[in-house]
Amino acid sequence: MIVFILARLLQAIPVLIAVGVIAFAMFRYVGDPIGAMLGQDYSDAHRAELMHKLGLDQPAYVQFFRFLWNALHGNFGISYRVGEPVATLFAQRLPATLELAITATVLAVLVAIPAGVYAGIWPRSWVSRALMVGSLLGVSLPTFLIGVLLILAFSVQLGWLPSFGRGHVVHLGFWTTGFLTLSGLRALVLPAITLGMFELTLIMRLVRAEMLEVLRSDYIKFARARGLRARTIYFGHALKNTLVPVITIIGLQLGGVVAYSVVTETVFQWPGVGLLFIQSVAAADIPVMAAYLLLVGVVFVTINLVVDLLYYAVDPRLRVERPGHGR
Amino acid sequence: MSAPLLGVADLTVEFPTRRGILRALDAVSFAIAPGEILGMVGESGAGKSLTGAAIIGLLAPPGRIAGGEVRLEGARIDHLPAEAMRRIRGRRIGAIFQDPLTTLNPLYTIGRQLTETIRTHLPMSAAEARTRAIRWLDEVGIPAAARRIDAYPHEFSGGQRQRVVIALALCAEPRLVIADEPTTALDVSIQAQIIALLKRLAREHGTAVLLITHDMGVIAETADRVAVMYAGRIAEIGPVAEVIRAPAHPYTEGLMASIPPLEHRLERLAQIEGAMPRLNAIPDGCAFHPRCPRAIDRCRGERPALTPAGATMAACLLAHA
Ligand SMILES: Nc1ncnc2c1ncn2[C@@H]1O[C@H](COP(=O)(O)OP(=O)(O)O)[C@@H](O)[C@H]1O
Ligand SMILES: [Mg+2]
Repeated sequence: MIVFILARLLQAIPVLIAVGVIAFAMFRYVGDPIGAMLGQDYSDAHRAELMHKLGLDQPAYVQFFRFLWNALHGNFGISYRVGEPVATLFAQRLPATLELAITATVLAVLVAIPAGVYAGIWPRSWVSRALMVGSLLGVSLPTFLIGVLLILAFSVQLGWLPSFGRGHVVHLGFWTTGFLTLSGLRALVLPAITLGMFELTLIMRLVRAEMLEVLRSDYIKFARARGLRARTIYFGHALKNTLVPVITIIGLQLGGVVAYSVVTETVFQWPGVGLLFIQSVAAADIPVMAAYLLLVGVVFVTINLVVDLLYYAVDPRLRVERPGHGR
Repeated sequence: MSAPLLGVADLTVEFPTRRGILRALDAVSFAIAPGEILGMVGESGAGKSLTGAAIIGLLAPPGRIAGGEVRLEGARIDHLPAEAMRRIRGRRIGAIFQDPLTTLNPLYTIGRQLTETIRTHLPMSAAEARTRAIRWLDEVGIPAAARRIDAYPHEFSGGQRQRVVIALALCAEPRLVIADEPTTALDVSIQAQIIALLKRLAREHGTAVLLITHDMGVIAETADRVAVMYAGRIAEIGPVAEVIRAPAHPYTEGLMASIPPLEHRLERLAQIEGAMPRLNAIPDGCAFHPRCPRAIDRCRGERPALTPAGATMAACLLAHA
């Protein structure tokens, strides 16, 4: 088990280094930060002085290792745009993004799995057909359009839910949460649905397809022949066998959720890292963009590791043979 | 013969398709006495598996029982409500499938699969069910059962897995078990062991068996009576010794002509020219007449009923002449 985790961590290192190189290249070579910081007119002396101060006159590999070293210590430089440390900006914004992503994913999974199981067990029922048609919309409509339509319906027309911001948040040490106030929860509804919609429909369709497949298998037929109850067969035996691919997709989509949160946060002016990233792109705020890239890289690697651990927990065939048991 | 445990009368199974209704079983009738082993042979596609599936109420849709009846200890069990039928499966009629590599759920230990089956049918605590599960593993010949009960299916060999499947089929003590080609997927070296195990358990527990197989040799060694199926109908049925010694149906004769080497497989049925008809092209009259060396004109128009012919029953116009 420990060996397995260590092996997976070792595999993750080259990926992270590659991401680091790209982030660094972007950090160092894209755009003209000095120009951006100094504005229109400045002398060459000014420029050289600032380059020296920022260490931009040193060899590339030195800069790269210093970049990594700093990153490992949570130091991602100073935002060109805001003039504050990038790490501080992220620390302020990360709770908003994480709460949104987690809510969206939990919502998607809680709806998608029962719906997918239902549609897999009774593929011909009209509810299942409606779910499948509806899910096509979810898969094909772009995220921003879903967001705009939801705002039109529930904020503009009905006036039930807020269309932007996070509502009132509560500060718990370094974390800010919207989970504890009514206005925070209300503000979360539309963005979470928007962000989770694609994931929801994808997981639902996958669970349905996997259920259809598994229900045809011999061990399900045999479970029926053993006289097991329908509930045991569907949820105990069939659903569990759909989990490996479903976990994979949920994991991959969690990465997707982080990526799509850029769009959702923009539509709903959600004060998270996605919105920060978009604002930074507009201002060519390279340190923030580089840090965002690193963050996304770390998130993906972590999710992959967790997914692998879950496989290990779900499927005994992936576990190392215990001595005295195999043959 | 004592009162039958299972009585199947005129069982007809159909598949409605776009191009009309396919009749896959046509008026199949037979009975199994308590503790009896009835062998069922026939070429692939003859309807053997469908017979088993229809009896336990697990025909895959759109297949359906279109006629006839199935009685278990005198009471009809065809067209029972789903829940009543579920209680019969595993408890009163067990089933053994062909391929032990795919019949066990790979994600659960065999102990869990055994105890859930036992506790579904019998009022037992988890601990009692576990004790019973270990006893059954022991009985089907899994060494160190108390330890191996917590192993997963992939940790067993094919032959051992089939032993586990047999334990699963028998652990709630059904009076009848339907074994659908229980050795076809196994190594030849293990087949005889599994058949011997099945035979011993059936005798010790007084369980009746419907033993479906390709292998006439297995039937000869194991079964009390044998039913020969052809194109969804029973061609001949009778005591094994009589059917082998003096087959009354030309199709059975063709089969028997090819047993002498005990390890014979029906797929390689060289003695009879041609192939079994598809369901959408079953000829009028006797379904076997196009391949029959002794067919007469009447065979083309008249469908023979299953009637006594010597010591067996045969569906052949010539057998009674
Ligand atoms: N779902 C189905 N639709 C149409 N025909 C089927 C279906 N399932 C089985 N059959 C037909 O029923 C016949 C009997 O099948 P089966 O009982 O499996 O034969 P076997 O004797 O080899 O076990 C075959 O001709 C098969 O093609
Ligand atoms: Mg079959």
